[in-house]
Amino acid sequence: MKAGFTWLLSGLALAVMQPAIAQGGNMSLPKTVEAGNAFSVQCSGNGKAALYLIGPEQVLRRDVQLGHATFFPAGSVYNAGHYLVVLIGDSSTESGSFDVIPARKPTDLSFLARPSRLPVGLHDGITGAVYVYDAYQNLITAPMQVSFELSNPSGAVQKRLVATRDGAAWTVMDSTAQQGTDKFVARIGEISSTRVVAQVPGDPCGLKMSAKQSGQGIELVTDPVRDCNGNAVPDGTIVTFTEAFSGGQSTVDVPLKRGIAQVQLADHNGATISVASGVVMGNQIRWKE
Amino acid sequence: MSKGPLLASVLGGATVALVVIGTMWPVPSAVAYAGGGRLLSSTSTPEEAVTKLGDEIRTQSWEKAYASLANKAEFTEPEFVHDLTGYYPSLLTYTTLDKFEVRPLHSSADNAEIELKLYWATVVGDSVSTRDLHVVRNGDHWESAWPIVKEPTVPPQVIAVNYLRWDVIYRGPGDDWGAQDVEAPHLRIVDMHPLERADGVVILGELLNEDVVPAYVSVTATLVSKNQLPIATEGSFDKISHLLLPKQVTPFLIKFPGVSLSDVGSVRMTPLSALIAASADPVIEIGNEELHPAPGASLTGQLINQSGQIVNVAHVLGTFYDKSGQVVWVADQYVNQALLPQIPVPFEIHVPEDLARNISTQRTVVATYSFGGSQ
Repeated sequence: MKAGFTWLLSGLALAVMQPAIAQGGNMSLPKTVEAGNAFSVQCSGNGKAALYLIGPEQVLRRDVQLGHATFFPAGSVYNAGHYLVVLIGDSSTESGSFDVIPARKPTDLSFLARPSRLPVGLHDGITGAVYVYDAYQNLITAPMQVSFELSNPSGAVQKRLVATRDGAAWTVMDSTAQQGTDKFVARIGEISSTRVVAQVPGDPCGLKMSAKQSGQGIELVTDPVRDCNGNAVPDGTIVTFTEAFSGGQSTVDVPLKRGIAQVQLADHNGATISVASGVVMGNQIRWKE
Repeated sequence: MSKGPLLASVLGGATVALVVIGTMWPVPSAVAYAGGGRLLSSTSTPEEAVTKLGDEIRTQSWEKAYASLANKAEFTEPEFVHDLTGYYPSLLTYTTLDKFEVRPLHSSADNAEIELKLYWATVVGDSVSTRDLHVVRNGDHWESAWPIVKEPTVPPQVIAVNYLRWDVIYRGPGDDWGAQDVEAPHLRIVDMHPLERADGVVILGELLNEDVVPAYVSVTATLVSKNQLPIATEGSFDKISHLLLPKQVTPFLIKFPGVSLSDVGSVRMTPLSALIAASADPVIEIGNEELHPAPGASLTGQLINQSGQIVNVAHVLGTFYDKSGQVVWVADQYVNQALLPQIPVPFEIHVPEDLARNISTQRTVVATYSFGGSQ
């Protein structure tokens, strides 16, 4: 019981004394340090002590001679954040703090562009977001102008200039009317990052087929299949031919090959033949009645 | 003195005695079902002859089954086995006969017609095939004549196939974290509505791959009650064609057994898509599709493989629409024989009788699987 009371009193005394020492210390600290820059800490007094710098993911210890400046060369402290400095001498302990801020010069951009593939002619279909980092991968929160540029193979360019806020900037772009592989570039000064956005044809438009007799069957061939912007719909796209005749029906899903779909179906007099791709209907043919 | 130990001894002794008797003199049905002998050895009637043949097929006693046939001179034993299990690897290749039914159709003093209905246990459920057997008297016993169906053969040839094939390369571990991965295919549910059936709620609909790349697709639905609490979540399982080429449409059907539609406030649909390496080959024509009204409402037709690749398993999915174009039912059938190039193979999809009268049109799609192939 008596021992417990003694411990409690000692704890209370330390709690009162520690801030008093910290506030009345004789360490001279910079208020802020740019990440990676050199700086020094001046400690007054005599004798030797240990100086600790405790920051985000980083702890440094230096044996110091009190009364002299302790020098930290460039690259010693590089993680942005709040650092605690503790000086432990033979008879006293002092503490203070300073902030390490990101370097002003950006050296790296993280650029997220979505989606990587989309149909042509989509308003606000492409988004780009940039995060700006210094050489030590600290997010630079000071505002900066980011240039976004989306260019397609035909030479059409969309540009946006956006200021970063809290280290990030973002924009939206339209997909163009022409299919192709677009380059999406985010740039700050000489630093840039490039992404590729594939603009692919949209739904088939004006799907049209023709029919002709071929041996015992009917040969059905589509015209070259294009979307509403005139882009060739890619090979492999499914085109469905349906032949409805008295009491029955035949269907076949044919992939486009070299831009057209082609199939041979059985010859049924009076059959109605239709063509479709996805939810897009094409023309209808009434076979020789 | 307690009688417990005495009773235990008597029961123990009786059990041992019964085990010994059962082992030494087993009943014929037990031997047959254990695969060790005949269930029925007599062939003194047409039904008995066909039942014996069915037992031999079930136990895969091919030699005995073939030896018992009246018309074995018309084909070899391997042809007989292939007629039952398929000439090419198919759904029946890795299956066993679960049970069979024998039904007399006609009989006279020396001839009889018997229907043999075979229930094959396959990986996708029961597959039923029916054979009408001509049974003839031979002295004091009857013999079945097997109605052999010889598989059409495809003449040796080289078929050039140059359809598109897609492969996928995903982002690697060395890529910048901001670098995009290849985009998952974009899907769209083009139709969906719930339907109340006797055994629960069914969600029917259609899914479109609106992208320019092939997609592996599936869809799940969550029924939400009127007070916004989830009732159940179910997936389409195999009532969907999982591989969709660009602009291809598949029907789907999701069952919620034991749920009443009156309890459902809303339905939350979750389509899932992933990129998949695929080939635009093979192309399957669905020919001579016919809707048969009730009774026995069904959709029949034939599949014609227009490519050079042998399709080992074909899954036919039928979407049935009413006059307004709304989906009223989705049904499917696995075809239990391989699709050879240009050889028509029939299929039959059954439709519930009560819905059949509402059906005006239909659309059929085929999902194909080739052993060792790309799909």
